[in-house]
Amino acid sequence: MESQIRSVDVAGVTSAIRDMCIRANCGLAKDMQDRLQEALARETSPVGKSVLTQLEQNLEIAGKEQIPICQDTGMAVVFMEIGQDVHFVGGDLNEAVNEGVRQGYTEGYLRKSVVSDPLLRKNTGDNTPAVLHLSMVPGDKVKITVAPKGFGSENMSRVVMLKPADGEEGVIDAVVQAVKDAGPNACPPMVVGVGIGGTFEKCAEMAKQALTLNTSEHSDLPHIRKLEEEILKRINRTGLGPAGLGGVNTALSVRILTYPTHIAGLPVGINICCHVNRHETVVL
Amino acid sequence: MEHEITTPLTKDVIATLHAGDTVRITGTIYTARDAAHKRMAEALQEGKPLPFDIRGQIIYYMGPTPAKPGHVIGSAGPTTASRMDKYTPQLLDLGLIGMIGKGKRSQAVKDAIVRNGAVYFAAIGGAGALLSHSIVGAKVIAYEDLGTEAIRELTVKDFPAIVVMDAEGTDLYKKVAEGTTSCD
Ligand code: SF4
Repeated sequence: MESQIRSVDVAGVTSAIRDMCIRANCGLAKDMQDRLQEALARETSPVGKSVLTQLEQNLEIAGKEQIPICQDTGMAVVFMEIGQDVHFVGGDLNEAVNEGVRQGYTEGYLRKSVVSDPLLRKNTGDNTPAVLHLSMVPGDKVKITVAPKGFGSENMSRVVMLKPADGEEGVIDAVVQAVKDAGPNACPPMVVGVGIGGTFEKCAEMAKQALTLNTSEHSDLPHIRKLEEEILKRINRTGLGPAGLGGVNTALSVRILTYPTHIAGLPVGINICCHVNRHETVVL
Repeated sequence: MEHEITTPLTKDVIATLHAGDTVRITGTIYTARDAAHKRMAEALQEGKPLPFDIRGQIIYYMGPTPAKPGHVIGSAGPTTASRMDKYTPQLLDLGLIGMIGKGKRSQAVKDAIVRNGAVYFAAIGGAGALLSHSIVGAKVIAYEDLGTEAIRELTVKDFPAIVVMDAEGTDLYKKVAEGTTSCD
Protein backbone atom coordinates (compact mmCIF):
# COMPACT_ATOMS: atom_id res chain seq x y z
CA MET A 1 0.00 0.00 0.00
CA GLU A 2 1.30 3.41 -0.87
CA SER A 3 1.04 6.01 1.83
CA GLN A 4 -0.04 9.57 1.19
CA ILE A 5 2.50 12.30 1.61
CA ARG A 6 1.17 15.06 3.87
CA SER A 7 2.39 18.61 3.38
CA VAL A 8 3.03 20.62 6.52
CA ASP A 9 3.76 24.34 6.24
CA VAL A 10 6.72 25.32 8.41
CA ALA A 11 4.83 28.50 9.37
CA GLY A 12 2.67 26.23 11.55
CA VAL A 13 5.82 24.98 13.27
CA THR A 14 6.92 28.57 13.96
CA SER A 15 3.65 29.65 15.53
CA ALA A 16 3.35 26.46 17.60
CA ILE A 17 6.86 26.94 19.00
CA ARG A 18 6.26 30.63 19.66
CA ASP A 19 3.17 29.85 21.74
CA MET A 20 4.79 26.95 23.59
CA CYS A 21 7.83 29.04 24.59
CA ILE A 22 5.52 31.55 26.26
CA ARG A 23 3.13 29.02 27.81
CA ALA A 24 5.92 26.83 29.20
CA ASN A 25 7.61 29.78 30.88
CA CYS A 26 4.54 31.26 32.55
CA GLY A 27 2.95 28.10 33.95
CA LEU A 28 3.73 24.53 34.91
CA ALA A 29 1.92 21.42 33.71
CA LYS A 30 -0.69 19.91 36.03
CA ASP A 31 1.57 17.05 37.11
CA MET A 32 4.30 19.45 38.29
CA GLN A 33 1.74 21.51 40.21
CA ASP A 34 0.52 18.31 41.86
CA ARG A 35 4.09 17.32 42.82
CA LEU A 36 4.66 20.71 44.47
CA GLN A 37 1.40 20.48 46.40
CA GLU A 38 2.20 16.98 47.62
CA ALA A 39 5.64 18.19 48.66
CA LEU A 40 4.14 20.96 50.77
CA ALA A 41 1.75 18.53 52.43
CA ARG A 42 4.61 16.14 53.21
CA GLU A 43 7.27 18.65 54.28
CA THR A 44 8.23 18.50 57.93
CA SER A 45 10.79 21.30 58.15
CA PRO A 46 9.37 24.77 58.89
CA VAL A 47 11.89 26.43 56.53
CA GLY A 48 11.11 23.85 53.87
CA LYS A 49 7.39 24.55 54.28
CA SER A 50 7.95 28.25 54.01
CA VAL A 51 10.00 27.84 50.81
CA LEU A 52 7.38 25.58 49.23
CA THR A 53 4.59 27.99 50.19
CA GLN A 54 6.49 30.80 48.48
CA LEU A 55 6.96 28.65 45.39
CA GLU A 56 3.22 28.12 45.32
CA GLN A 57 2.61 31.88 45.58
CA ASN A 58 5.20 32.40 42.87
CA LEU A 59 3.33 30.10 40.48
CA GLU A 60 0.10 31.91 41.24
CA ILE A 61 1.60 35.31 40.48
CA ALA A 62 3.23 34.05 37.28
CA GLY A 63 -0.09 32.67 36.11
CA LYS A 64 -2.11 35.73 37.04
CA GLU A 65 0.28 38.31 35.61
CA GLN A 66 1.49 36.07 32.79
CA ILE A 67 5.11 36.66 33.69
CA PRO A 68 7.83 33.99 33.78
CA ILE A 69 7.90 31.65 36.80
CA CYS A 70 11.65 32.13 36.87
CA GLN A 71 13.85 34.81 35.33
CA ASP A 72 16.00 32.12 33.75
CA THR A 73 13.65 31.36 30.89
CA GLY A 74 16.25 28.97 29.63
CA MET A 75 17.73 27.81 26.38
CA ALA A 76 14.96 26.44 24.19
CA VAL A 77 15.32 22.69 23.77
CA VAL A 78 12.99 21.38 21.06
CA PHE A 79 12.18 17.73 20.39
CA MET A 80 10.49 16.99 17.07
CA GLU A 81 9.13 13.60 16.11
CA ILE A 82 8.47 13.75 12.41
CA GLY A 83 6.23 11.23 10.69
CA GLN A 84 8.02 9.80 7.68
CA ASP A 85 5.07 10.67 5.45
CA VAL A 86 5.41 14.38 6.17
CA HIS A 87 6.80 16.80 3.63
CA PHE A 88 7.67 20.22 4.99
CA VAL A 89 6.85 23.14 2.71
CA GLY A 90 7.18 26.92 2.97
CA GLY A 91 10.84 27.20 3.99
CA ASP A 92 13.74 25.86 6.00
CA LEU A 93 12.58 23.79 8.99
CA ASN A 94 15.54 24.76 11.19
CA GLU A 95 14.94 28.42 10.49
CA ALA A 96 11.22 27.99 11.23
CA VAL A 97 12.05 26.52 14.64
CA ASN A 98 14.42 29.38 15.45
CA GLU A 99 11.87 31.92 14.24
CA GLY A 100 9.36 30.44 16.70
CA VAL A 101 11.87 30.81 19.52
CA ARG A 102 12.72 34.36 18.40
CA GLN A 103 9.04 35.40 18.37
CA GLY A 104 8.20 33.65 21.64
CA TYR A 105 11.11 35.12 23.56
CA THR A 106 10.67 38.61 22.14
CA GLU A 107 6.89 38.93 22.21
CA GLY A 108 6.53 37.02 25.49
CA TYR A 109 8.94 39.25 27.46
CA LEU A 110 11.20 36.28 28.11
CA ARG A 111 14.89 36.61 28.89
CA LYS A 112 17.47 36.39 26.13
CA SER A 113 20.03 34.06 27.68
CA VAL A 114 21.94 32.69 24.70
CA VAL A 115 25.42 33.72 23.54
CA SER A 116 26.52 33.09 19.95
CA ASP A 117 29.92 31.66 20.73
CA PRO A 118 30.69 29.79 23.95
CA LEU A 119 34.06 31.55 24.33
CA LEU A 120 33.46 34.96 22.76
CA ARG A 121 30.10 35.18 24.57
CA LYS A 122 28.10 37.78 22.69
CA ASN A 123 24.35 37.62 23.39
CA THR A 124 22.34 36.75 20.27
CA GLY A 125 19.60 39.09 21.49
CA ASP A 126 16.67 36.81 20.70
CA ASN A 127 17.47 33.57 22.55
CA THR A 128 18.20 31.70 19.33
CA PRO A 129 19.33 29.22 18.31
CA ALA A 130 17.28 26.41 19.82
CA VAL A 131 18.79 23.01 20.53
CA LEU A 132 16.84 20.81 18.17
CA HIS A 133 16.50 17.04 18.45
CA LEU A 134 14.88 15.42 15.42
CA SER A 135 13.63 11.88 15.14
CA MET A 136 11.76 10.08 12.41
CA VAL A 137 8.73 7.94 13.23
CA PRO A 138 6.02 6.20 11.18
CA GLY A 139 2.92 8.21 10.25
CA ASP A 140 2.10 11.67 8.97
CA LYS A 141 2.07 13.72 12.17
CA VAL A 142 4.60 16.10 13.68
CA LYS A 143 4.96 16.07 17.46
CA ILE A 144 6.79 19.05 18.91
CA THR A 145 7.91 19.41 22.53
CA VAL A 146 9.44 22.65 23.75
CA ALA A 147 11.41 22.40 27.00
CA PRO A 148 13.10 25.66 28.04
CA LYS A 149 16.06 24.62 30.20
CA GLY A 150 17.49 26.77 32.99
CA PHE A 151 21.21 26.56 33.55
CA GLY A 152 21.45 26.66 37.35
CA SER A 153 20.42 23.03 37.21
CA GLU A 154 21.83 22.25 33.75
CA ASN A 155 25.31 23.12 35.05
CA MET A 156 24.98 20.43 37.72
CA SER A 157 24.19 17.65 35.21
CA ARG A 158 26.67 15.00 34.12
CA VAL A 159 27.41 11.82 32.21
CA VAL A 160 29.18 8.97 33.99
CA MET A 161 30.50 5.90 32.22
CA LEU A 162 30.02 3.15 34.81
CA LYS A 163 31.26 -0.42 34.56
CA PRO A 164 28.76 -3.22 33.97
CA ALA A 165 29.78 -4.62 37.38
CA ASP A 166 28.63 -1.38 39.06
CA GLY A 167 25.04 -2.38 38.27
CA GLU A 168 21.98 -0.87 39.85
CA GLU A 169 23.77 0.26 43.02
CA GLY A 170 26.30 2.09 40.90
CA VAL A 171 23.53 3.95 39.10
CA ILE A 172 21.81 4.88 42.36
CA ASP A 173 25.05 6.15 43.90
CA ALA A 174 25.92 8.19 40.79
CA VAL A 175 22.54 9.93 40.73
CA VAL A 176 22.45 10.62 44.46
CA GLN A 177 26.00 11.99 44.31
CA ALA A 178 25.07 14.31 41.42
CA VAL A 179 22.11 15.62 43.43
CA LYS A 180 24.27 16.17 46.52
CA ASP A 181 26.87 18.02 44.47
CA ALA A 182 24.13 20.12 42.88
CA GLY A 183 22.66 21.02 46.27
CA PRO A 184 21.24 24.55 46.49
CA ASN A 185 22.68 25.56 43.09
CA ALA A 186 20.00 23.59 41.26
CA CYS A 187 17.06 25.19 43.07
CA PRO A 188 15.69 22.14 44.87
CA PRO A 189 13.21 20.52 45.01
CA MET A 190 14.59 19.11 41.78
CA VAL A 191 13.33 16.87 39.04
CA VAL A 192 15.89 14.35 37.85
CA GLY A 193 16.00 12.85 34.37
CA VAL A 194 18.19 9.78 33.91
CA GLY A 195 19.24 7.99 30.73
CA ILE A 196 20.79 4.56 31.18
CA GLY A 197 22.49 2.67 28.34
CA GLY A 198 23.20 3.49 24.73
CA THR A 199 26.39 5.43 24.16
CA PHE A 200 27.96 8.56 25.64
CA GLU A 201 25.67 10.96 23.75
CA LYS A 202 22.61 8.71 23.74
CA CYS A 203 22.36 8.52 27.53
CA ALA A 204 22.59 12.31 27.80
CA GLU A 205 19.82 12.83 25.28
CA MET A 206 17.62 10.26 27.03
CA ALA A 207 18.22 12.04 30.34
CA LYS A 208 16.98 15.28 28.79
CA GLN A 209 13.97 13.55 27.30
CA ALA A 210 13.19 11.90 30.64
CA LEU A 211 12.62 15.39 32.05
CA THR A 212 9.75 15.86 29.61
CA LEU A 213 7.92 12.74 30.84
CA ASN A 214 4.82 12.98 33.00
CA THR A 215 5.88 12.89 36.65
CA SER A 216 2.57 11.27 37.62
CA GLU A 217 3.58 8.16 35.70
CA HIS A 218 6.36 5.60 35.99
CA SER A 219 8.36 3.42 33.63
CA ASP A 220 6.52 0.46 32.12
CA LEU A 221 9.52 -1.72 32.91
CA PRO A 222 9.03 -3.11 36.44
CA HIS A 223 12.74 -3.01 37.38
CA ILE A 224 13.08 0.57 36.11
CA ARG A 225 9.94 1.67 37.91
CA LYS A 226 11.44 0.27 41.12
CA LEU A 227 14.68 2.08 40.39
CA GLU A 228 12.84 5.40 39.86
CA GLU A 229 11.17 4.99 43.24
CA GLU A 230 14.33 3.86 45.02
CA ILE A 231 16.47 6.73 43.70
CA LEU A 232 13.82 9.29 44.69
CA LYS A 233 13.68 7.83 48.19
CA ARG A 234 17.46 7.95 48.57
CA ILE A 235 17.66 11.52 47.25
CA ASN A 236 15.08 12.68 49.73
CA ARG A 237 16.98 11.01 52.53
CA THR A 238 19.84 13.49 52.01
CA GLY A 239 17.83 16.11 53.90
CA LEU A 240 18.94 18.95 51.61
CA GLY A 241 15.33 20.00 51.21
CA PRO A 242 13.65 22.93 49.44
CA ALA A 243 16.20 25.61 48.42
CA GLY A 244 18.86 23.43 50.08
CA LEU A 245 17.81 24.78 53.48
CA GLY A 246 16.79 21.45 54.97
CA GLY A 247 13.74 19.24 54.63
CA VAL A 248 12.37 16.02 53.21
CA ASN A 249 11.73 17.28 49.67
CA THR A 250 15.02 17.43 47.79
CA ALA A 251 13.53 15.97 44.62
CA LEU A 252 9.96 15.77 43.35
CA SER A 253 10.42 13.07 40.74
CA VAL A 254 12.96 10.78 39.09
CA ARG A 255 12.19 9.49 35.59
CA ILE A 256 14.40 7.07 33.70
CA LEU A 257 14.73 6.08 30.04
CA THR A 258 16.85 3.13 28.93
CA TYR A 259 18.39 1.81 25.73
CA PRO A 260 20.43 -1.27 24.83
CA THR A 261 24.15 -0.79 25.36
CA HIS A 262 27.55 -2.37 24.68
CA ILE A 263 28.79 -5.48 26.56
CA ALA A 264 31.59 -3.36 28.04
CA GLY A 265 29.60 -0.37 29.24
CA LEU A 266 26.96 1.16 31.49
CA PRO A 267 26.58 4.81 30.44
CA VAL A 268 24.44 6.97 32.73
CA GLY A 269 23.26 10.47 31.83
CA ILE A 270 21.98 12.55 34.74
CA ASN A 271 20.10 15.69 33.80
CA ILE A 272 19.23 17.77 36.82
CA CYS A 273 16.27 20.11 36.60
CA CYS A 274 14.81 22.44 39.17
CA HIS A 275 11.20 22.64 40.33
CA VAL A 276 10.58 24.87 37.30
CA ASN A 277 10.46 21.81 35.04
CA ARG A 278 8.88 23.31 31.94
CA HIS A 279 7.67 21.57 28.83
CA GLU A 280 4.81 21.88 26.39
CA THR A 281 3.80 19.53 23.59
CA VAL A 282 1.62 19.84 20.50
CA VAL A 283 0.89 17.53 17.60
CA LEU A 284 0.52 19.06 14.13
CA MET B 1 15.28 35.25 63.92
CA GLU B 2 13.79 37.80 61.55
CA HIS B 3 15.48 41.17 60.88
CA GLU B 4 14.33 44.21 58.97
CA ILE B 5 17.43 45.83 57.52
CA THR B 6 18.04 48.88 55.35
CA THR B 7 20.87 49.64 52.95
CA PRO B 8 23.64 50.66 53.01
CA LEU B 9 24.45 48.04 55.63
CA THR B 10 26.81 48.77 58.47
CA LYS B 11 29.19 46.31 60.10
CA ASP B 12 27.26 46.71 63.36
CA VAL B 13 24.05 45.53 61.72
CA ILE B 14 25.83 42.68 59.95
CA ALA B 15 27.27 41.52 63.25
CA THR B 16 23.70 40.84 64.47
CA LEU B 17 22.92 38.58 61.50
CA HIS B 18 23.46 34.85 61.92
CA ALA B 19 23.32 32.00 59.44
CA GLY B 20 19.72 30.78 59.30
CA ASP B 21 18.16 34.16 60.15
CA THR B 22 15.65 35.62 57.73
CA VAL B 23 15.84 39.24 56.62
CA ARG B 24 13.68 41.76 54.80
CA ILE B 25 15.85 44.21 52.92
CA THR B 26 14.73 47.76 52.13
CA GLY B 27 16.73 50.34 50.18
CA THR B 28 19.05 50.31 47.18
CA ILE B 29 20.83 47.23 45.86
CA TYR B 30 22.75 46.60 42.62
CA THR B 31 22.49 43.74 40.14
CA ALA B 32 25.52 42.17 38.52
CA ARG B 33 26.13 38.70 37.15
CA ASP B 34 28.77 36.94 35.06
CA ALA B 35 29.46 39.43 32.29
CA ALA B 36 29.23 42.53 34.52
CA HIS B 37 31.65 40.98 37.01
CA LYS B 38 34.10 40.26 34.22
CA ARG B 39 33.91 43.88 33.07
CA MET B 40 34.35 45.23 36.59
CA ALA B 41 37.42 43.03 37.06
CA GLU B 42 38.83 44.30 33.76
CA ALA B 43 38.18 47.91 34.80
CA LEU B 44 40.03 47.37 38.06
CA GLN B 45 42.92 45.75 36.26
CA GLU B 46 43.20 48.77 33.99
CA GLY B 47 43.15 51.07 37.01
CA LYS B 48 39.72 52.47 36.10
CA PRO B 49 36.94 53.15 38.63
CA LEU B 50 33.97 50.81 39.06
CA PRO B 51 30.67 52.02 37.57
CA PHE B 52 29.24 52.58 41.07
CA ASP B 53 30.64 53.06 44.54
CA ILE B 54 30.47 49.57 45.99
CA ARG B 55 31.44 50.52 49.54
CA GLY B 56 28.78 49.34 51.98
CA GLN B 57 26.58 48.06 49.14
CA ILE B 58 24.85 44.80 48.28
CA ILE B 59 25.16 43.08 44.91
CA TYR B 60 22.25 40.90 43.82
CA TYR B 61 23.30 38.16 41.38
CA MET B 62 20.35 38.49 39.07
CA GLY B 63 19.44 39.09 35.43
CA PRO B 64 15.73 39.86 35.04
CA THR B 65 13.30 39.10 32.25
CA PRO B 66 12.16 42.25 30.37
CA ALA B 67 9.50 44.26 32.18
CA LYS B 68 6.03 44.03 30.69
CA PRO B 69 4.37 47.40 30.04
CA GLY B 70 3.27 48.84 33.38
CA HIS B 71 5.68 46.66 35.38
CA VAL B 72 8.84 47.87 37.14
CA ILE B 73 10.79 44.74 36.24
CA GLY B 74 10.16 41.22 34.97
CA SER B 75 10.78 37.99 36.84
CA ALA B 76 13.75 38.62 39.11
CA GLY B 77 15.11 35.70 41.14
CA PRO B 78 18.71 34.88 42.11
CA THR B 79 21.28 33.13 39.96
CA THR B 80 24.01 30.74 41.11
CA ALA B 81 26.57 32.71 43.12
CA SER B 82 29.57 30.42 42.70
CA ARG B 83 30.11 31.61 39.14
CA MET B 84 31.09 34.97 40.62
CA ASP B 85 33.50 33.45 43.16
CA LYS B 86 36.53 34.25 41.05
CA TYR B 87 35.78 37.98 41.26
CA THR B 88 34.18 38.30 44.69
CA PRO B 89 37.13 38.43 47.14
CA GLN B 90 38.55 41.48 45.36
CA LEU B 91 35.19 43.29 45.49
CA LEU B 92 34.78 42.48 49.18
CA ASP B 93 38.25 43.81 49.90
CA LEU B 94 37.22 47.02 48.10
CA GLY B 95 34.24 47.50 50.39
CA LEU B 96 31.35 45.44 49.02
CA ILE B 97 29.52 44.28 52.12
CA GLY B 98 26.67 42.03 51.04
CA MET B 99 25.65 39.62 48.30
CA ILE B 100 22.35 37.99 47.41
CA GLY B 101 22.34 34.83 45.30
CA LYS B 102 21.81 31.13 45.61
CA GLY B 103 24.14 28.23 46.18
CA LYS B 104 27.49 27.45 47.71
CA ARG B 105 30.56 29.70 47.74
CA SER B 106 34.27 28.95 47.58
CA GLN B 107 36.59 28.93 50.58
CA ALA B 108 38.27 32.08 49.22
CA VAL B 109 34.92 33.89 49.29
CA LYS B 110 34.18 32.64 52.80
CA ASP B 111 37.56 33.89 53.97
CA ALA B 112 36.94 37.29 52.37
CA ILE B 113 33.50 37.49 54.00
CA VAL B 114 35.02 36.91 57.43
CA ARG B 115 38.01 39.18 56.75
CA ASN B 116 35.71 42.05 55.80
CA GLY B 117 32.79 41.47 58.14
CA ALA B 118 30.43 40.92 55.21
CA VAL B 119 27.39 38.71 54.64
CA TYR B 120 25.99 36.39 51.95
CA PHE B 121 22.22 36.02 51.64
CA ALA B 122 20.23 33.49 49.64
CA ALA B 123 16.98 34.37 47.95
CA ILE B 124 14.70 31.53 46.90
CA GLY B 125 15.75 30.19 43.50
CA GLY B 126 12.94 29.91 41.01
CA ALA B 127 10.69 32.40 42.79
CA GLY B 128 11.39 35.27 40.37
CA ALA B 129 7.75 36.26 39.88
CA LEU B 130 7.18 36.55 43.63
CA LEU B 131 10.46 38.38 44.25
CA SER B 132 9.65 40.92 41.54
CA HIS B 133 6.92 42.22 43.86
CA SER B 134 9.57 43.40 46.35
CA ILE B 135 11.29 45.50 43.70
CA VAL B 136 9.73 48.95 43.44
CA GLY B 137 12.30 50.68 41.23
CA ALA B 138 14.84 49.59 38.60
CA LYS B 139 17.19 51.44 36.32
CA VAL B 140 20.21 50.42 34.28
CA ILE B 141 23.28 52.34 35.45
CA ALA B 142 26.09 50.64 33.50
CA TYR B 143 26.95 48.21 30.71
CA GLU B 144 23.58 48.63 29.01
CA ASP B 145 24.83 46.66 25.99
CA LEU B 146 24.90 43.54 28.17
CA GLY B 147 21.08 43.38 28.13
CA THR B 148 19.84 41.34 31.04
CA GLU B 149 23.41 41.29 32.39
CA ALA B 150 23.66 45.10 32.65
CA ILE B 151 24.20 46.62 36.10
CA ARG B 152 20.90 47.83 37.52
CA GLU B 153 20.19 49.92 40.55
CA LEU B 154 17.16 48.43 42.26
CA THR B 155 14.99 49.96 44.93
CA VAL B 156 13.68 47.15 47.08
CA LYS B 157 11.09 47.05 49.79
CA ASP B 158 10.97 44.16 52.26
CA PHE B 159 12.95 41.94 49.92
CA PRO B 160 13.00 38.46 51.56
CA ALA B 161 16.29 36.59 51.98
CA ILE B 162 18.03 34.18 54.32
CA VAL B 163 21.46 34.62 55.87
CA VAL B 164 23.53 31.74 54.49
CA MET B 165 27.02 32.92 55.40
CA ASP B 166 27.47 35.29 58.29
CA ALA B 167 30.45 37.46 59.23
CA GLU B 168 31.69 34.77 61.60
CA GLY B 169 31.99 32.34 58.73
CA THR B 170 29.10 30.05 59.64
CA ASP B 171 27.72 28.38 56.51
CA LEU B 172 24.07 27.34 56.63
CA TYR B 173 24.33 25.06 53.56
CA LYS B 174 27.21 23.20 55.15
CA LYS B 175 25.22 22.71 58.35
CA VAL B 176 22.25 21.39 56.36
CA ALA B 177 24.48 18.98 54.40
CA GLU B 178 26.01 17.73 57.65
CA GLY B 179 22.61 17.42 59.27
CA THR B 180 23.58 19.81 62.07
CA THR B 181 21.23 22.68 61.36
CA SER B 182 18.60 23.77 63.80
CA CYS B 183 16.56 25.01 60.86
CA ASP B 184 14.36 21.95 60.67
S1 SF4 C 1 17.75 26.34 38.24
FE1 SF4 C 1 15.62 26.54 37.58
S2 SF4 C 1 14.55 27.62 39.20
FE2 SF4 C 1 16.75 27.89 39.51
S3 SF4 C 1 17.19 29.84 38.52
FE3 SF4 C 1 17.61 28.23 37.02
S4 SF4 C 1 15.68 27.94 35.88
FE4 SF4 C 1 15.23 29.13 37.71
